[in-house]
Amino acid sequence: MEEQFGAQRPALSTSVLDIDCAEETAKIGRQMVHIVSRVLHHRGVVVALSGGVDSSVCAALAVRALGPQRVLGLVLPEKDSSSATTRLGRLVADCLGMEYRVEDIGPALEAIGCYRWRDEAIRSVFPEYGERWLSKIVIAGGAQGRLNYFNLVVQSPDGRTREQRLPAKEYLQIVAATSFKQRIRKTLEYFHADRLNYAVLGTPNRLEYDQGFFVKNGDGSADIKPIAHLYKTQVYALARHLGLPGEVCSARPTTDTYSMPQGQDEFYFVLPYDQMDLALWALNHGLSPGELALALGITEPQAQHVYADIRSKRRATVHLHLPPQFISAVEEIAPAHASLSSASGP
Amino acid sequence: MQSIKHEVKQYVLDNFIMGASSQELQDDDSFMAGHFIDSTGILELISFLEQTFGIKVEDEEMVPDNLDSLNCIEHYVQRKLAVFAGRARKER
Repeated sequence: MEEQFGAQRPALSTSVLDIDCAEETAKIGRQMVHIVSRVLHHRGVVVALSGGVDSSVCAALAVRALGPQRVLGLVLPEKDSSSATTRLGRLVADCLGMEYRVEDIGPALEAIGCYRWRDEAIRSVFPEYGERWLSKIVIAGGAQGRLNYFNLVVQSPDGRTREQRLPAKEYLQIVAATSFKQRIRKTLEYFHADRLNYAVLGTPNRLEYDQGFFVKNGDGSADIKPIAHLYKTQVYALARHLGLPGEVCSARPTTDTYSMPQGQDEFYFVLPYDQMDLALWALNHGLSPGELALALGITEPQAQHVYADIRSKRRATVHLHLPPQFISAVEEIAPAHASLSSASGP
Repeated sequence: MQSIKHEVKQYVLDNFIMGASSQELQDDDSFMAGHFIDSTGILELISFLEQTFGIKVEDEEMVPDNLDSLNCIEHYVQRKLAVFAGRARKER
């Protein structure tokens, strides 16, 4: 890709992420039909609707490709979910004319110990943390050229916040406990998919997929990931093209996992999504840190840190992408090849 | 008493590169470049350093220059312990 710019390539700008939305929609639709019917031998798809742009676009693409009668939406809130989750999930499903169900996963999470394990770890850092307190985890370090680490932020009922770096044990326990949320959701998605003979859609965009921003056997688990090749900026463009509600098209990406409001750029990414998109594109296309710095209005050392952070997250999340590792290959059971999922068509 | 470097090396060998021989980890090897330790591993390593040597790794000290090799860690921990000893002397 480097040659296409030559020695005097134009300055990096957001235009590199421009796509032909109509063409992309048609391409994804053809592939989705082929994969669902010819590869997976299913009759439709289940998609969990978070009210965010990624799941909304996936649902809209599925409705266009398969028809609304072959798409089931699931709205799966729990006690820490934003009130917008259910409202926007319903809004999107209604807008697309698809069937949907709202199922509160809070009782299942309570029963399995999600909140108990999480709160125990929080209390070992902030012993005063109790009922009606809120919490979230924020990332730190990477953008300043330090090693990444995570701070725990808690907010008391009177609105005062405190923040402290998390030791490894407590960090791991909080993340493991909150990952119950994505895993219980996926369990429900597969229940409904199985009873209907449907496939399950996974909704990561390219940035999330590349950087391992998903829970293995949680939101990372799926039969099809229709937008995993698209940068987040491109997903927003598709959302507008597909006529999704304005509130969805302009929603700030959040994790909707912790009780305090939490942007994805607080929890995982070192920059807001539109800048992360450009940085990832630039790295993928061999642009220098200097070129990225110019485009983002940051210093060259900062751009170097961003590149280092992207590479570091790729390394740290390799295990999330790996299938189970075998001691000896079972050669009769071939891994799925890309050619299996290629649809021919106009 | 074991040296700082020896204790850290044993911890890294036991926890991050299980089954490796002592020769496979040289004092100047970069943990990051060698992919011995990922970001979660760094958090575990920091907890180990804090508990073993009784130091507090400050946020601004979480840089590769302090933590990315056995030599880096030894120098860093020695500096921290020296500061701590200096403060203790002043307080006496």
